[in-house]
Amino acid sequence: MHGRPRKAPVPEDEAASAAKAEKLRALQSQVLSNHRHKIYTEEALELSTRLVEINPECYTAWNYRKLAFEHNLTRSDSNPNSVKSILEEELRVVEIALRQNFKSYSAWHHRKWVLSKRHSSIEKELWLLEKFQSADPRNFHAWSYRRFIAALMDRSDVDELEYTQNLIDKNISNYSAWHNRSVLLSNLMKKNVEGFTEKDEVLTKEYELVREALFTDEDDQSGWFYHLWLLDQTVKAKSPLLAVEGVNSSTVNVEYGSNLNQGLVWKPLSTYKSRAAQAWITQLSFPNADLHSLEAYPVEITVGHCQGIISSSGFHYSQSSHFVFTVRVQPVKKELKEGSGVEKISWTDENFYLCEPHFVESNLVAWFHQLCLKNEHEPVANAWQVKIIEEEMKHFCMLSDCKIGKLTLARLLTAYDALMSSGKLVHSQEILGLYIDLMKLDPPHYQYYKNEHSVVLLQQVMSSRESLLSRCFHYRDLTSSSRGYPMCLRLNKLSLSRIGSFAKLLWVQMLDLSHNELQSIEGLEALQLLIHLSLSENKLSSFTALEPLRQLKSLKSLDISYNEIGARSIDTTRYLCSSPLSNSIGNEWEQDRILVDGVSMTNYWEAFFVLKGLNLTQLDVVGNAIADENFTLFLVRVLPTLKWLDGVQLNLF
Amino acid sequence: MNEPPLYPPIDPTTFDLIVVGTGLPESVIAAAASASGKSVLHIDQNNFYGSHFASLTIPQLTSFLNANSTSLPPPSSSNTVTSSDDFSVENLTTRPLYSDVEISSFSNQLLEENSNKFYLDLSGPRVLFCADRSIDFLIKSGASQYVEFKSIDASFLGDENGKLWNVPDSRAAIFKDKSLSLMEKNRLMRFFKLVQGQLAASSGGDRVNENKEEEQESESPGISEEDLERPFVEFMTKMKLPSKIKSIILYAIAMADFDQDNKEECKDLLKTKDGIARLALYQSSVGRLTNALGAFIYPIYGQGEMPPAFCRRAAVKGCVYVLRMQVIALLMDKSSGMYKGIRLASGQDIFSQKLVLNPSLTVLSASSSPLDSFHERFHFLCLRDVKQKVARGICIIRSSLKPDVSNFLVVYPPRSLYPEQITSIRALQLGGNLAVCPPGMFVLYVSALCDDAHEGKKLLNAAMNALLTCPDSVNPESISTDQIENSGPKSTLLWRALYIQELTMGHFDSISSTPMPSGNLDHNDILDSAMKLYQKMYPNEEFFPDTTSPENCEQDDELSLET
Repeated sequence: MHGRPRKAPVPEDEAASAAKAEKLRALQSQVLSNHRHKIYTEEALELSTRLVEINPECYTAWNYRKLAFEHNLTRSDSNPNSVKSILEEELRVVEIALRQNFKSYSAWHHRKWVLSKRHSSIEKELWLLEKFQSADPRNFHAWSYRRFIAALMDRSDVDELEYTQNLIDKNISNYSAWHNRSVLLSNLMKKNVEGFTEKDEVLTKEYELVREALFTDEDDQSGWFYHLWLLDQTVKAKSPLLAVEGVNSSTVNVEYGSNLNQGLVWKPLSTYKSRAAQAWITQLSFPNADLHSLEAYPVEITVGHCQGIISSSGFHYSQSSHFVFTVRVQPVKKELKEGSGVEKISWTDENFYLCEPHFVESNLVAWFHQLCLKNEHEPVANAWQVKIIEEEMKHFCMLSDCKIGKLTLARLLTAYDALMSSGKLVHSQEILGLYIDLMKLDPPHYQYYKNEHSVVLLQQVMSSRESLLSRCFHYRDLTSSSRGYPMCLRLNKLSLSRIGSFAKLLWVQMLDLSHNELQSIEGLEALQLLIHLSLSENKLSSFTALEPLRQLKSLKSLDISYNEIGARSIDTTRYLCSSPLSNSIGNEWEQDRILVDGVSMTNYWEAFFVLKGLNLTQLDVVGNAIADENFTLFLVRVLPTLKWLDGVQLNLF
Repeated sequence: MNEPPLYPPIDPTTFDLIVVGTGLPESVIAAAASASGKSVLHIDQNNFYGSHFASLTIPQLTSFLNANSTSLPPPSSSNTVTSSDDFSVENLTTRPLYSDVEISSFSNQLLEENSNKFYLDLSGPRVLFCADRSIDFLIKSGASQYVEFKSIDASFLGDENGKLWNVPDSRAAIFKDKSLSLMEKNRLMRFFKLVQGQLAASSGGDRVNENKEEEQESESPGISEEDLERPFVEFMTKMKLPSKIKSIILYAIAMADFDQDNKEECKDLLKTKDGIARLALYQSSVGRLTNALGAFIYPIYGQGEMPPAFCRRAAVKGCVYVLRMQVIALLMDKSSGMYKGIRLASGQDIFSQKLVLNPSLTVLSASSSPLDSFHERFHFLCLRDVKQKVARGICIIRSSLKPDVSNFLVVYPPRSLYPEQITSIRALQLGGNLAVCPPGMFVLYVSALCDDAHEGKKLLNAAMNALLTCPDSVNPESISTDQIENSGPKSTLLWRALYIQELTMGHFDSISSTPMPSGNLDHNDILDSAMKLYQKMYPNEEFFPDTTSPENCEQDDELSLET
């Protein structure tokens, strides 16, 4: 059923198929006419039978049969024999249609429909499934039907699990069987069925099974997918929660001053109109605080005391944990006055001076660095998780001469480091080495390995106070007088293609990401305090890639010079539909269109969408394909606060 | 023998080809020649088809082995023809090809009741690879419609403790195997894949460059020419295969006979290219036929079904069959010394251009001048140089050696049973579902190559002892009673035959001679030599031309396989 090359049609075939089409058309119009006139006689039904036998995908014919089925059933409701015969006839027709095309959605759906009407003759279904599944063990229609039937029959998951085992024994490449196994096991563990109550035992057994398959044939993907699923089951509870939803005053307690959750509104920082986000924001207000007392207000945050925070993969965060910090309220420095006094930031190396460890700011960084969720109930990872991961690590070291073995080892090491007490990245060097090998070994997936490499590299940088401080700089421009710049974190020249570790970057106000290979800045929206950002000399290819910037309301200066914006007419890295007509982006565009009319801007709607809400005073776009005179005009119109464009003061115009 | 049954004279008296003996090679030649339109007379002195390839009942087998293991007394004078008008006459006699026949029965009553319900192979243990040439011949000749097959369920590697280890011969089997370590599984499967890649590459080269892209895609590192010529065992060592895996591949998959690790003593050192070819045969056999899970199939009613199947094809094409008819002499042209015809025991002379004799027929050692032209030319008919022998054993046992499988193969690699064991010993257990024995009983065939009877018997006994004392062999309930009563290995053994068979090679001339059943597990070498013989006889004729007759069409492409 798989791996059969398609043959080019020969003239005779084409003639035959033309004749068949002719016949089919006639039949089809007859059936449709019967459908219109609601004719449900035996002869009319016979015609539809012939039609679906030839073309099982003809869903109108199936729909007609459904109407006929119900019609005939109501007429013969009194007679159990005729009900039975109607039912059997219907199932027989579907069976014939399925023999014609056992991957027909319509036919399988019709069969489900018939069976859900009357629960009779269901025993035959398993027999039929055996036939279909032995003809093609990877027919996912049959598998999904099998799950339907198993549920209908109340067949135990344990029996079904046994069935998947049999098929895997026959062929370890049966992805469908592996998949069904993961579904069944999830059910069994969730329902605490006897023999499946101890997650660690269940998982250990599964690891043993899939290990046999992986070592037998490391080139087969099915087992690796299953292994990935197992790994996910093992470390899910400890893995960094990606996007979550359900953050609100009932799921997160914030105690500050004498307030508990008073007036707190949690907002997701999401680039999409989604209820889930990686970062959530709320604002504390201290209305009665004395601005000059320098009084410290303790803030205590408790998370996970009740259910409600759910990750996008459906995991409920339930580990109660809390952390405490203090807040001092200070008056806002009115340093950057309206209009005048805005100074240009020049991101050249000579303007940056490494922070001395004894500086106050250094302590601040260190303090931020330590600020993270402390897990009180589980100081270290569960012993069984560590044991499983260690066991897997031991085994996959042996397969590290093949691509997927290396990748799995890298994933295991990453999981292991995540499991062990936070912050200590014992294996990061090894992981980085593995990804570098993989980039050489498997060029088609270079970008994936590169991204993973970047994330780990960044983690490594952020992992210790020392390495973090070695990247903290003071900005001092000799030509300017201002000394009020925040500390700058320089993550430049790391050849990063992706960024991560945002949880540890929340304090950053000035960030240098220049000279990397970034194609996306996804996640950067979490850095709410960011004022100055350099993305110069990266591989950003469109303004849409800069969408997270829309959430950064404090951003004043942005350097996106020397990227690839506008170099490609179609943005291939986008996964959201970018048409102005098709999503929320469009609505705003329509509303504001008139505002900026006058300059030809239809080409710049993406830029408009990202930049419109920002109050930038400095922007560098030079070195992008998009940058030309028209674009300059456009920018001036869209960014009225802009003072410096590409190093040139704008009021000189 | 002295009074052959009266037969009506054979008509016509001249044929293109006369074939004497109905063993597998003779039957294949008869069928092939008939299919090419030759007139063929096929004679056998026995009252059954198959000669040395037959499957026989216990009494038949006993008498056949006994009759063929002792030299017959010189033919009586009435049968001996010394002269004729036009021909010089060379008297033929039957030469014993078996020796040291040892038949013992341990449960007379049970066997007497059932003695005719057995079909015991003279040439056992023997199976067919699902992908081997005999299957192609069966299908091509149309003989497949007369034989039905069943799958051999499993194959094992035996050790001296009587333990049987699964042979991990496919990906699924490697996956399920409990005795291999993860790395061993990995190495073995990688080796299999290397071999498959090599085969794909070499078969791709033969093809007309139709799909160039595809070929480039399937390009694999490949095995160098140098490696292909070196011993297989060295190549496997180079591929870092652990010795356990090497042993599995060499003896349970490539079916090597001699100890490959011992270059000095090894009589047949397998080259990498041959090893790979054997591995390929095995692997392409696994899963070739829909109902056969393993690599092997076996004909229902025994291997003896194969020759008659070809004979029936021959008969359909006009071949004349005469059983229970002895050939007593060859008729040679007096002046040229060329072969002319044969004289039957009935006294009739039949003439043909070519003659194929089965290996048991030999010219009565001529007391006359040993240097005459006939003996010089047809020396192979007088004196066969037998280099190798094969020891065969047949056991009838009361219960399966493995409780859960009835039909399986066991291989004991060289030195696995005792240090001096220089050849592999192969054993095949068959159950009642193959119709070779009554239900509830099992037939166990054992064979090994040997130089002499003493060594042969030792090999057979070692394997039988290991197998029959195998802990799995006796049902737990019956252990107590049986072992107390009978004690020892023979507790399940009902009957046993041991014999040594000579391995004679085929020979071509105007009088040709076919080979004896080989020591191999399959028929391939036998069929190869039959094909070669045929092609030498009829260089311009195709070996089983593709038939277009409608009667074959339906059965042509599939082999009937019972599940």
